[in-house]
Amino acid sequence: MKFTLSWLKEHLETDASLDEISRRLTMLGLEVEGIEDRAKALAPFRIAQVVSAEKHPDADKLRVCMVDTGDGAAPLQVVCGAPNARAGIKVCFAPVGTTVPASGMVLKKGVIRGVESNGMMCSERELELSDEHNGIIELPEDAPVGASFADYMGLGDPVIDIALTPDRADCAGVRGVARDLAAAGLGKLKPLAADPVPGTFPSPITVTTETPGCPYYVGRTFRGVKNGPSPKWLQDKLRAIGLRPISALVDITNLVTFDVARPLHAFDADKVTGNIVVRMGRAGETLKALNGKEYALDDTMVVIADDAGAEALGGIIGGEPSGCTEETTTVFLEAALFDPLRVAATGRRLGIDSDARYRLERGVDPEAVVAGIEMASRLILELCGGEASELVFAGAVPEWRRTITLRPTRQKALGGIDLAVDDQARILADLGCVLTPNADGTFAVVPPSWRADIYGEADLVEEILRVHGYDFIPATPMDRAGTVTKPAVDARQRRTVTARRALAARGLSEAVTWSFLSTEVAGLFGAAHDGLVLVNPISSDLTVMRPSVLPNLIQAAGRNADRGFADVGLFEVGPAYRTPEPDGQDQIAGGVRAGNAVPRHWAEKERAVDAYDAKADALAVLDAAGAPAGNLQITTDAPGWYHPGRSGTLRLGPTVLGWFGEVHPSILDALKVKGPVVAFEVFLDKVPAPKKKGGTAKPLLTLSAFQPVERDFAFVVDRAVEADRIVRAVKGADKALIAGVGVFDIYEGAGVGEGRKSVGINVTLQPATATLTEQDIEAIGQKIVAAVVKATGGSLRA
Amino acid sequence: MDALKEELLSQVASAADLAALDEIRVTALGKKGRITGLMKELGALSPEEKKARGQALNALKDEIAAALDARKADLAAAHLAKKLEAERIDVTLPVRPETEGRIHPISQTIDEIVAIFAEMGFTVADGPDIEDDFHNFTALNFPVGHPARDMHDTFYLPDAADGRKMLLRTHTSPVQVRTMLKKKPPIRVIIPGRTFRSDYDMTHTPMFHQVEGLVIDETTNMGHLKGCLIDFCRAFFDVDDLPLRFRPSFFPFTEPSAEVDIGCLRKGGELKLGNFGDWLEILGCGMVHPNVLEACGVDSTKYQGFAFGMGIERIAMLKYGIPDLRTFFEADLRWLKHYGFVPLDVPSLAHGLTR
Repeated sequence: MKFTLSWLKEHLETDASLDEISRRLTMLGLEVEGIEDRAKALAPFRIAQVVSAEKHPDADKLRVCMVDTGDGAAPLQVVCGAPNARAGIKVCFAPVGTTVPASGMVLKKGVIRGVESNGMMCSERELELSDEHNGIIELPEDAPVGASFADYMGLGDPVIDIALTPDRADCAGVRGVARDLAAAGLGKLKPLAADPVPGTFPSPITVTTETPGCPYYVGRTFRGVKNGPSPKWLQDKLRAIGLRPISALVDITNLVTFDVARPLHAFDADKVTGNIVVRMGRAGETLKALNGKEYALDDTMVVIADDAGAEALGGIIGGEPSGCTEETTTVFLEAALFDPLRVAATGRRLGIDSDARYRLERGVDPEAVVAGIEMASRLILELCGGEASELVFAGAVPEWRRTITLRPTRQKALGGIDLAVDDQARILADLGCVLTPNADGTFAVVPPSWRADIYGEADLVEEILRVHGYDFIPATPMDRAGTVTKPAVDARQRRTVTARRALAARGLSEAVTWSFLSTEVAGLFGAAHDGLVLVNPISSDLTVMRPSVLPNLIQAAGRNADRGFADVGLFEVGPAYRTPEPDGQDQIAGGVRAGNAVPRHWAEKERAVDAYDAKADALAVLDAAGAPAGNLQITTDAPGWYHPGRSGTLRLGPTVLGWFGEVHPSILDALKVKGPVVAFEVFLDKVPAPKKKGGTAKPLLTLSAFQPVERDFAFVVDRAVEADRIVRAVKGADKALIAGVGVFDIYEGAGVGEGRKSVGINVTLQPATATLTEQDIEAIGQKIVAAVVKATGGSLRA
Repeated sequence: MDALKEELLSQVASAADLAALDEIRVTALGKKGRITGLMKELGALSPEEKKARGQALNALKDEIAAALDARKADLAAAHLAKKLEAERIDVTLPVRPETEGRIHPISQTIDEIVAIFAEMGFTVADGPDIEDDFHNFTALNFPVGHPARDMHDTFYLPDAADGRKMLLRTHTSPVQVRTMLKKKPPIRVIIPGRTFRSDYDMTHTPMFHQVEGLVIDETTNMGHLKGCLIDFCRAFFDVDDLPLRFRPSFFPFTEPSAEVDIGCLRKGGELKLGNFGDWLEILGCGMVHPNVLEACGVDSTKYQGFAFGMGIERIAMLKYGIPDLRTFFEADLRWLKHYGFVPLDVPSLAHGLTR
């Protein structure tokens, strides 16, 4: 919402400076987004007159003009290329030394094709007044030579641009802004002229409304008017706030729209067939609107129709066929109330942003319908002549009065600031509220018709606080239950935090990637639930909620490799989605490694990433999350995006805690990423909560006084026998004595037989009560061998 | 005896290695050694002579033994030195490769925020990214069809089987609703999380993160809101005198509502935070609207409180000088290494929030 300082002062009597007004507007919640002070930029530009214009001796398109700048000196010689540069016209002249706003160039005395030129005559585009650049500005004949161009054009006025929040319909008119400032003590609100224009004849056009979408409609016919360009003061006023003057009739409706936030529409009454009916649109109906576009209407839209069909979209835009032109002599003027939600919905559906929609969807003052039409009527009679009919009405002003009880104590209790009751009452009254004191010290407050946004006590508290000033609210520290604070996160949330730090400590970098991805990519990671496909995606790459955190990470690994960083370790702790319901979102710690795990290095053997790297990552996350690492089982049934022979599932009983392994080569092909890439996914929510054992103490540490003993075994087993089966068999041989089991060798080849392998196991025996004798060790060795043979069908390697 | 001493000392001094030294020891001090021999001859002397010569011989013996030990230590040291010299390595060679991981600035910033609000007695609440329009809009006093819903550029999902309109939450406020529906006041929570709006340009991404706060009790007022946010901003941005400006604004779910600016200085494309007279908007807040309380089953005649919300990427960008929002989501290792945090930098007020 833009307005000029002088326009504001038409409504507000004030001595306040522009800075003070600007600061106060922002602190009233009418945030000043910018102040354009064109007087400064346009100060050097003067009104001048072309005394003579001769063709340039060496250029057909240039003219050599003598220009009287009104400073009493002899006319200046100026070379000009504009086709309209001719003797006698009044122009906007920029002397040497002036900065041209559009280009930022400083004018210098020049010689153009051998002829001296002292300054420039300007087009509107050069002054950033419009895009007009077909010729230089021609001013009216009575423009005073030598005067400031900006003053003459009414451009000397600073333009204030405020950002309006959606609740402040009233401040979509300058008067509303002035009222707020006056309430805030920055001046006095001037009275608004209210004398009605008496009708001299009955309106030949009558109105009816058939829809609750338009509860109230007021109209009036004018005859004998003469439309044409509006007077300069009106044009200047509109131009200053970025509106293009069109004709007197249209300019008047725009003026009222911006002055008192009362949109109007003027029909050319001669083009209206029969009477006006406000009704819902009909399927198949179309409207050619004033913006030149054709719209298909339907039964959700309020239209202003006549016998010929829809002539305007209620509260949004008028139609071209019934619009006013320079030839219009009979006018039908409309002011109406429309259902704000319907205006918003229709405007949104058709993509029409108009000044009328902006106001009507916020809700205009229901009591100002007639006042608006009268204000426009006075201007039409004054500027276009003719005579006005009596008003015609349809519907009625809906009841808007409501009474809110205000407890003045709430100002302190909710607003945090002690404010005298009188001050509170004064502020509300200045805003237009009607207050009646109740016996119990409260007030019955009736907010004004233009403030549909005020409907509760909290709204009144805000109004008082806002006008008094948020700056005066004292900052109060939050009180605390105790001096020592409790943890802010629970055990489940803490897992996410520790999982992140555990993975970063392992050399992986944390990524945060989109929750959505393309349908094709999602399909590689399992079929997406129908309810997870976006209805209105922002791009074809982001159409469905991700079923896994991996695809984004794999693609990110590929992008990093494309940039020359092939050795990648990335993880993300974030959501994957199974269903749209709250329990269908899983918190996943997932990661990928690509390229080399050990790079080329003088001391190390280069090694590509493999499934065991991913396994280690997954186990580290589970450990950090508090999973009982010793009880995990590993099965070989990871989902299809993993390499079927190089991947595993981490389980705790029947619960799947995660997967790890090499990413399936066909997935990498589909994502155009070079392998090998290994990955893991851990379901943090599935990790069981640590058992409460009553207290913070750890179990008592009992240390053995006796030397541990290490023994090695080698078993020959079928190639398919997993090492884990051997390790478990060994552990089970004597749970008390066997403290540790390691796998130190895997061998396949000569000596162990086709399809078989040798597995080297080292076992740590930790006696608790006495040093182990050779016989003890021999006996446990036999138990171990027997257990492994039984579990695997293998044999001790000879 | 002096001649013997000179001779032996000279032999010790010139011994080339430990073996030669041992030979000298045997020759001098061994059972058949020369000094031992002289000792044996003492028995033939008178007691006075015996005493004097014996003392002299013992002194000689000690002196030679000391010389032998000293020489032995020298030789051992020389031997070790030679060995060590042969073991010399090139210490300028690079160490074995270790990759250093990073914590994303969003996670680090959330951890910082949580650390500060924990001090003010807040706990962390969370909830699903996919919501229905009741939790995201209706309960928050956004009337159906109201233009305020437009401002949110909502991503929609297909309607649920029971007709609920499903969407990606446009703010973390639905968790406020869920918290109030679940828990009786007093409530003091912060809600960091993913949020989604259909907007993609220099300063908007379709997914971003917000942290919201909610306080509900019987006495919390606008002054507490001010105090809480001033304390937070000064701690978070690590500027003790950072000024905050509360401006009236509008949100459907708060009344009164405010937007908050922090003091800054814009100069030559750079931004500095502090008391410089210029302002930068960073968050929205207000007293929870009675309609919201009622929609969430909280008695609005008894309870009241405040809510606030801010963009996590935005405050991270301001604090750490990260220029482009879109880079947060690109997983570019160079970016993560530069703007990320080492895992041991766990923010806490005790050990400092900012590295």
